[in-house]
Amino acid sequence: MNAGDVVAVALWIGVIAYAVFGGADFGAGFWDLVAGGATRGERPRALIDHALAPVWEANHVWLIYCLVVLWTAFPRAFTAIMSTLTVPLLLAVLGIVARGAGFAFRKVSFTTPRRRVFGAAFALSSVLTPFAIGTVAGGIASGRVPLGDAAGNRVTSWLNPTSIMGGTLAVSTCAYLAAVFLAGDARRFDEGGLCVYFKRRAVGAAAATGFIALAGIFVLHADAHRLFDRLSHRALPIVIVSALCGLGALVLLVRIRALRSAQVLAVGAVAAVVGAWGVAQYPDLLPGYLTIDQAASSSTVLAWVVAVAAVAVVLIVPSLALLYTLDQQSRLEDEAAAGEDVT
Amino acid sequence: MMLASNLMAARQQMAFTLGVHIILVPFGVAFPFITLIANYRAIKNADPDALRLARRWSKVMAVLFAVGAVTGTVLSFEMGLLWPGLFDRFGAVIGIPFAIEGLFFFLEAIFIAIYIYGWTRLSPWAHFWSGVPIVLSGIGGAFSVVTANGWMNQPSGFTLQADGTVTNVRPLAAIFNAATKYEVPHMLLAAYMVAGFVVASVYAVAMLKGRRDRYHRLGFTIAFTVAAIATPFQIAVGDYAARAVHDDQPAKFAAMELVTETGTNRALHLGGVLVDGNVRGAITIPGLDSILAGGSRATRVVGLDDVPVDERPPANLVHLSFQAMVAIGFALVGLAAWFGLGWWRRKTVPASPWFLRGAAAAGVASVAALEAGWVTTELGRQPWIAYKLMRTSEAVTHVGGVWVSYGIIVVLYAAVITGAVVVLRHMARRWREEELSDHDVPYGPRPQLKADAP
Ligand code: HDD
Ligand code: HEM
Ligand code: HEM
Repeated sequence: MNAGDVVAVALWIGVIAYAVFGGADFGAGFWDLVAGGATRGERPRALIDHALAPVWEANHVWLIYCLVVLWTAFPRAFTAIMSTLTVPLLLAVLGIVARGAGFAFRKVSFTTPRRRVFGAAFALSSVLTPFAIGTVAGGIASGRVPLGDAAGNRVTSWLNPTSIMGGTLAVSTCAYLAAVFLAGDARRFDEGGLCVYFKRRAVGAAAATGFIALAGIFVLHADAHRLFDRLSHRALPIVIVSALCGLGALVLLVRIRALRSAQVLAVGAVAAVVGAWGVAQYPDLLPGYLTIDQAASSSTVLAWVVAVAAVAVVLIVPSLALLYTLDQQSRLEDEAAAGEDVT
Repeated sequence: MMLASNLMAARQQMAFTLGVHIILVPFGVAFPFITLIANYRAIKNADPDALRLARRWSKVMAVLFAVGAVTGTVLSFEMGLLWPGLFDRFGAVIGIPFAIEGLFFFLEAIFIAIYIYGWTRLSPWAHFWSGVPIVLSGIGGAFSVVTANGWMNQPSGFTLQADGTVTNVRPLAAIFNAATKYEVPHMLLAAYMVAGFVVASVYAVAMLKGRRDRYHRLGFTIAFTVAAIATPFQIAVGDYAARAVHDDQPAKFAAMELVTETGTNRALHLGGVLVDGNVRGAITIPGLDSILAGGSRATRVVGLDDVPVDERPPANLVHLSFQAMVAIGFALVGLAAWFGLGWWRRKTVPASPWFLRGAAAAGVASVAALEAGWVTTELGRQPWIAYKLMRTSEAVTHVGGVWVSYGIIVVLYAAVITGAVVVLRHMARRWREEELSDHDVPYGPRPQLKADAP
């Protein structure tokens, strides 16, 4: 493994982390969207507000991490992706703005109409954004991003079978992860009813995700031959691990006591899917056009990126652990939801 | 043709999104520090007013931080969506400071969450200390991102081959470029000034309306003191910056000062604009420009006549923004001195309504200075995106339709800004209504989860 590969792995860890942590966040917005009218949806929405508030900003920085590593270590890949997949990336970024602002504003709003407007912005963009990011992934994976400024097709690079599959899979995966986590949060807050509510949805989302993944096999076979080939050979063990994790989580979900293990397996399943994509694509960065080696910056720069990533591991991993631990111990309380400032 | 229009749109979109983001930056960098001062006093002196201030400030921080985070994300995307040319060639050089920035923002986002949501169930001092990393990572983040901007003004830390490829990248030299040493402290001080003056201005308005109780006076004093201390240092750093710009970026300096012809003993122009190559409507002080630039009338200043026509920045805008910033800087020093004298003599906020009116205006004025300073820096660098290395026109994307994305972004940002103003005003009103009905129990046990009231 040379320095470029090391940085590529560091980048991929960031992608996986964003898929898992950011994904669970986006998915919560999905459940917010489908929670029904103001009365029926009040309790699930309160739980979503409560569960997301302390962690969403930290979860979202993984995206920034991926961007800066990409443009520093593989600048030509960054500009090629940005200038070909401009439209979905723009949609994603608009979604990120609407989502973050909508969520933060809804939390501090107390009148129903206002909460509805901000909530709608949050929830709709929670679906739009992962879909757009999924189409980007599909465009890259199916070899539709050539090298150069705006060299690829601005439409078919993201409106193609693999991209649509990627977008749909992203949304359903996010919903699945979120439901599993929200069920756990509900249990933590002694909200038995909500726990069942989200467990039921987790099972549904798991089934949907599994179905899309199965259909995806045929899509990839027809549309992204190279990726299909490698997924079914080199990356096959990881694909199988992912499928097993997914199935295992499904089984455990049906039994209330095993929620923790179900969460671990669900995360494993998602991480393995993204990991399998990475393994299948190696050593390409832009399949068909650019390998990791060709894209890599000079060794000094790569060494710096590795050094920054190492410092990040030392500083950020314990900090994140602290945040998640305090959160899981319910020591990070939102005062409004804690019943204090509510008028 | 398409490219020229793209360039215009891309520059405007960049300027607009940066101009919005930068207003939020002081509330991520310096506001936590101001909040911690109140928090410290609250614990140390068991001061309920200070406690109420700190808790409310942290809620405002939560809203502004969210907007800052999402608008910052837009900027990161724009680096590739708008300026692929710059990152294609120099991404490896300019990337490292951004990577370090990412690290600091990660820490900031983590600890800001712990701090904002830690009021009820962390011990007072543990909670206080969870705020300290926010302050440090805010400084670190601002440092690294501004070094990236410094690099655009004074690129260094690499070797450019004849064929245009970049080799021998030296990240440390790129980070500590010639502009870093003044841009970073100038921006940090600006952040402390803006956060301090803006927060203080809210309480100044309340005091003008007659709410002069201890709570309002304390809120005013903590915030204003921080800003007032930063202000004189800001002037000194600004003066240093101006001289560095004179040495390193003569075209920008000529535009800032409307120097039309190269020579010694150049005059300073207060106000005025350039019309057909002549300065109109300015108050002219002979020789002062040379003195400010180099310490004596004999200092030679490059004029716009010595800058090739296609390398001249838009002088009038640069000049007027620069002078607006300097004028506001001196006005704020005056206000800070008034406050300092009052405090020194009577240990209280000056009672004069004129002082309070000035303080009420200082918030907006400091934001204006911040924006004006950035316009000076960025517009004064034109036509270069990386000084003397790459033109902005070479860097801009070839993807058409930037006007469309710009239009959408303006609409979306307008909605976000409106939303932020609405919820902040609403929060303030609720606080006023519940002013003394203090039923919150900080640092207490955990109440049950309850659905938010509709
Ligand atoms: C509260 C805000 C504020 C105030 C009161 C001042 N400045 Fe400033 N100025 C900024 C905020 C700012 C800034 C944060 O907006 C800039 C943009 C880039 C930078 O590094 O700082 C800036 C840039 C900037 C530049 C351009 C640097 C470059 O292009 O590389 C100069 C020469 C000055 N300033 C000089 C001054 C002087 C002489 C001031 C006082 C009398 C002054 N500034 C007050
Ligand atoms: C520290 C971080 C910053 C970086 C890295 C940065 C980077 C850039 C880039 C890449 C451009 C486009 C190329 C160019 O026009 O030269 C630009 C333009 C611009 N930026 Fe900055 N910028 C920073 C901070 C700011 C801030 C805070 C403002 C606030 C107002 C600002 C105002 C502008 C303006 C007005 C332009 C347009 C200039 C023109 O094209 O006419 N910049 N900046
Ligand atoms: C081109 C210029 C810039 C880029 C690309 C950029 C990028 C970003 C990004 C990605 C975030 C979000 C981090 C998160 O999710 O928590 C952010 C937030 C932030 N940015 Fe910027 N930024 C730019 C200019 C600036 C400047 C000039 C400063 C200050 C000196 C600054 C200071 C901050 C701070 C303090 C935050 C934390 C969020 C907040 O407090 O609002 N940024 N920025």
